[in-house]
Amino acid sequence: MEKIKSAAQLQEIRKQAQIKLALREKSNTLTSAETCGLSVGTQKMQILVCGGTGCKASASHTLASNLQEALSNRNLEDDVKVITTGCFGFCEKGPIVKIIPDNTFYVQVKPEDAEEIVREHIINSRKVGRLLYKNPETDEPVSDSKHMNFYKKQMRIALRNCGFIDPENIEEYIARDGYEALAQCLTTKQPAEVINEIKLSGLRGRGGGGFPTGLKWEFASKYQADQKYVVCNADEGDPGAFMDRSIMEGDPNSIIEAMAICGYSIGASIGLVYIRAEYPLAIQRLQTAIRQAEQLGLLGDHILGTEFHFSIRIRYGAGAFVCGEETALIHSMEGQRGEPTIKPPFPAESGYLGKPTNVNNVETLANIPVILTRGANWFNQIGTERSKGTKVFALAGKINNVGLIEVPMGTTLREVIYEIGGGIKNGKKFKAVQTGGPSGGCLTEQHLDTPIDFDNLLAAGSMMGSGGMIVMDEDDCMVSVAKFYLDFTVEESCGKCTPCRIGNKRLYELLDKISQGKGTLEDLTTLKNLSRVIKDTALCGLGQTSPNPVLSTLDNFHDEYVAHVVDKKCPAGKCKSLLTYYIHPELCMGCTLCARNCPVDAIVGERKEVHFINTSKCIKCGSCLEKCKFSAISVK
Amino acid sequence: MSEIQLTQEKADTLRNICREHANDPGELINILHKTQDILGYLPAEAQQLIAGELHIPVSRIYGVVTFYSFFSMTPKGEHPISVCMGTACYVRGAEKVLDEFKRVLKINVGETTADGRFSLSSLRCVGACGLAPVVLIGEKVYGRVVPGDVEKIISDLTKQ
Repeated sequence: MEKIKSAAQLQEIRKQAQIKLALREKSNTLTSAETCGLSVGTQKMQILVCGGTGCKASASHTLASNLQEALSNRNLEDDVKVITTGCFGFCEKGPIVKIIPDNTFYVQVKPEDAEEIVREHIINSRKVGRLLYKNPETDEPVSDSKHMNFYKKQMRIALRNCGFIDPENIEEYIARDGYEALAQCLTTKQPAEVINEIKLSGLRGRGGGGFPTGLKWEFASKYQADQKYVVCNADEGDPGAFMDRSIMEGDPNSIIEAMAICGYSIGASIGLVYIRAEYPLAIQRLQTAIRQAEQLGLLGDHILGTEFHFSIRIRYGAGAFVCGEETALIHSMEGQRGEPTIKPPFPAESGYLGKPTNVNNVETLANIPVILTRGANWFNQIGTERSKGTKVFALAGKINNVGLIEVPMGTTLREVIYEIGGGIKNGKKFKAVQTGGPSGGCLTEQHLDTPIDFDNLLAAGSMMGSGGMIVMDEDDCMVSVAKFYLDFTVEESCGKCTPCRIGNKRLYELLDKISQGKGTLEDLTTLKNLSRVIKDTALCGLGQTSPNPVLSTLDNFHDEYVAHVVDKKCPAGKCKSLLTYYIHPELCMGCTLCARNCPVDAIVGERKEVHFINTSKCIKCGSCLEKCKFSAISVK
Repeated sequence: MSEIQLTQEKADTLRNICREHANDPGELINILHKTQDILGYLPAEAQQLIAGELHIPVSRIYGVVTFYSFFSMTPKGEHPISVCMGTACYVRGAEKVLDEFKRVLKINVGETTADGRFSLSSLRCVGACGLAPVVLIGEKVYGRVVPGDVEKIISDLTKQ
């Protein structure tokens, strides 16, 4: 690849790349065609296979090579191309395969289905009915993603290229107006103009805090120094949130372009990506993208023939949640323990190696190029008054459609959970939705119609956080959930400040005591008071938000806490110490299934006779309850 | 202290890693990642060697190694088992799966079986929440694991 020396030359390359991508772009605008296969028209075909972490775990890479092999066996490799893309978002039904140009969307495809797809769909022009997604309400096959409820309400800005382009081919990114924003900035805009445009767009940080991005850039631009740094925070530590990973896996060039734009705006020539070592695929895709950008001269010296120089290096995290906090992250990049320090000074003044540093999260950066190519006024029309644009959520837990979704700010929780998410798994009753991860809270039925934005979630006692959204049903105990998060915080607290190090440990112990049925009403008051003290006095964002899961469950599920401390009962049937498993004699058929599955041989009884549970031996694992075919076992 | 002595070859490799990173203490975490890739863990003597190369106190290295959960000072088992305890896996029953691994292997989280075949750890979110609960064994991801699968997973691995 030769270096691109001007914005005009980039345009030329884009035109060529767009020709190659035309087939996919065109089919993207159509709904699914009834007809399919090579015999329909003379055009070529493409098979898109999801190569995100979730689908790869279900062998999508073997599937892709099987498809390739089935095509090669028929000498079709020139007419039909297999392309591995980033995440389609519909992880529940992965691995996903999409066929271009007829736009057919196949779900849960196994490697051994490759042969049938090629034979039937490609050659015999017959869609493989059993692999089509079925509308859960009507059981009708839906052959096109545009007709799926999961995608209907979504608006993909940060995820615009995920599941569409080959993330390891920079030309496909360029074809979709990639690096156009950078070219425009370098050739026609002053740094201050770029910053103003970002300010005008109303973009706020997607990593958790929601700080206005343009303002952050402005601060960093004002400090004078011989070197400044742009840092991409890709240390996605919130358990259950995986949007940053998907963006890096599916569209790494958008991050590189945004970092370069930020570098130009604040006057930095070095960018650093701080990424979790647990994300090997994201690291590999990012490295490939950086290498390709360097080869094309989109990173390095004299970018696009201008006087702007910018290079990007990767720094690995090593598994510490607190490193999501920007001062802790900076210390970690310096090769030290990732402990936070008091702000001010803010990183904009004194950050990495004491130099002015601007830290932005992955999703925030992914928005930057589009804002600049389409204009701040386009972006700020989307969303609510104080939260502009869209937000990506990782929808998980007890929900039918687990996956990655992107919706305009202001969409309600109900729309997300019931329309996009397809409601609660196994027809159970909705109980709570947890947003904001360990820093957030649990929202209830009464919050379902709240439009989601930074301020509304905060007012409801939770927060946006990085966008994890975990749905819980009637079987989830809120005391256990609070305990789960505090266990996390205790483990992840860096130990530097006392309120977080000791306070959270005490909170955890109180919750543990309550879940064992040893709590008192007084403990609930202590929980609340201690939580407030920690919030007020902890050093960094981790400690200041860590009591949120406790406070929000105490507020929203007070009765459930009371049941634990007064009645010594766990209404959801989760807290082991408060449970007894019981076999109903009138329902037991004596099939012995429970006894055979009991890991500790606590169930006794002869074949065709009523069985009993030896409560002193029972470890309350619940396998008997899961296995019983006659619903003869219950838990109290 | 670890009993394993670093071989001359391994020691040279570690020195080379330090040199590749310009013996820069700022690169410490990258150096530790590469060292752990090679040795499987970070024994005390490796930390001492790196301290010497980078001209920093070994206490600083120890401080970093113990701060980050990714670094380990004990060798992992032949089949390192990690149960995802991210929120999505947790609400879909990961705790029961972890308990079952503890029971079957008779070890706790962070321990390795006496024969060195299995080690058990919990991790936070591999991002495959669609497959929750998830267990990672070596590089392989096991999805939608229920406690009942655990004995079979272990016996399959034992046969290998």
